[in-house]
Amino acid sequence: MLNPPLRDPAALPRLALTLLAVLLLWPGLTLSELNLAVLFEQQNAANMGGFLAEFWPPAHDREFLRLLARATLETLAIATAGMALALLIAIPGALLASRALSLSAVHRGGRPAWWAQALRWPVRGLLIVLRSVPEIVWALLFVRAVGLGPTAGVLAIAITYSGMLGKVYAEIFESVDPRPSRALLIAGSPRLAAFAYGVLPNAAAEMLSYTVYRWECAIRASVVMGFVGAGGLGQQIDLSLRMFAGGEVASMLLTFLLLVLLADQLSRLLRARLL
Amino acid sequence: MSVSLSGVGLTHANGKVALNEIDLRVKLGERVAIIGPSGAGKTSLLRLLASNLQPSSGQIQLLGQQPWQLSAGKRQQLRARIGLIHQTPPLPPRQRVVTAVLAGKLGQWSLGKSLLNLLHPLDMPGAQAALARLDLADKLFERCDQLSGGQLQRVGIARVLYQAPELILADEPVSAMDPVLAGHTLSVLNEEVSRRGMTLLASLHAVELALAHFPRIIGVREGRIVFDLPPAAISVNALDALYANEQLQAVPASAVPAPVSVQIPRC
Repeated sequence: MLNPPLRDPAALPRLALTLLAVLLLWPGLTLSELNLAVLFEQQNAANMGGFLAEFWPPAHDREFLRLLARATLETLAIATAGMALALLIAIPGALLASRALSLSAVHRGGRPAWWAQALRWPVRGLLIVLRSVPEIVWALLFVRAVGLGPTAGVLAIAITYSGMLGKVYAEIFESVDPRPSRALLIAGSPRLAAFAYGVLPNAAAEMLSYTVYRWECAIRASVVMGFVGAGGLGQQIDLSLRMFAGGEVASMLLTFLLLVLLADQLSRLLRARLL
Repeated sequence: MSVSLSGVGLTHANGKVALNEIDLRVKLGERVAIIGPSGAGKTSLLRLLASNLQPSSGQIQLLGQQPWQLSAGKRQQLRARIGLIHQTPPLPPRQRVVTAVLAGKLGQWSLGKSLLNLLHPLDMPGAQAALARLDLADKLFERCDQLSGGQLQRVGIARVLYQAPELILADEPVSAMDPVLAGHTLSVLNEEVSRRGMTLLASLHAVELALAHFPRIIGVREGRIVFDLPPAAISVNALDALYANEQLQAVPASAVPAPVSVQIPRC
């Protein structure tokens, strides 16, 4: 046995795992009625090709650009105002929901008393309710309440995002080193001051990066909500799509790319300043 | 009476007994050193006195009040009058030294003042004076992560001096410093404490430092107070018994019986 047959002992298990994955995926594919062959049928391909061909060149006449600039500003305003309102709910919510500032945890080795934990549950529940309903549903609701326009978008973003931001902030507060804030609490400091001096310096960079990322998501979300009449770029894209004005859609998608790029750079810049 | 413990015991959540039947009285203005082997309960005792741990049994009285009979708000007010110097001061790495020192007064300042102080240091002369006592005046605007372990310990001491509490508890306050600096820092701390009429309890690794700087020495072993004497009355035998470590001697059993020597740990 100088040259034992070269065979990878892992080959058989890998093959079995692949077959298992395909077997498990197959019902999913049939359930979702996914049929890629439809894409390549003569008629459909021609339709799509025609639609895509209209995307070029992107629309750039003066009047459209003015419209585009207005819609972009509106989108940015919706996202920013929505985030600002969301922070108003998220920050107090996170402070109340987080265990990081528990006074009763100081002498219990970091575990708060049961009644202190029980008091945190309603706040957590509120944050869960706020974020469990998708923003598009809120938007549909508010469009009925306050009419077509950006207000509905702002409110929808504020509500959903306050739930998400509050939850993640609370978890960030709990994940940073608890010793600085605990040392301050032992020295008699009030809880909010212990937060500002003990938790915030360690949590600021992560909070900032998540907030800017959520702002980017809010820009995207405001576009989706535009489709149901909540203003901004989304409404414009919806209109252009209905009028088969591919060039206009292309310009707006390019604007979109620029906005996301901007958010990315902003996040990088701020993080570099803070770290 | 600054501190009074009677029959205090502490059992950790895992069932391990950390302190047993501790009786201790410290008068106002006294300076006491706590010595003993690692794991004897020195830190537990100090954390108990800082009301960072709740005793499982017995009575504890700090500055004339029973911390565990008070409401949470009153207990915070009592805690503001007690300063704990940590062995490794827990300071956020990105915080500036000036902020870390001024944070000593958070228990006495209003919330508005504390938050304003975060935007712009309100009492730079005060922080500088506290740091200057420990020869760190030039580090005022450095970030905490740029300091060495010994410098951080001195920032921790400066914070508590700035806090100006009535009772100072120090947990191995000079363990990361070289012997000369450790001696100097301890004499500065003792000087400040005597000048301002504060009470000081410090746990120390280095027995010579304890004997040289403190008029009253408490030996702790296995959660009990073994002796409570002025330094002149402490014999070499008492120290030997305090630090005797059966587990360590059991290892080189095959060797020639080692000559009995005083095992005094240095910093």
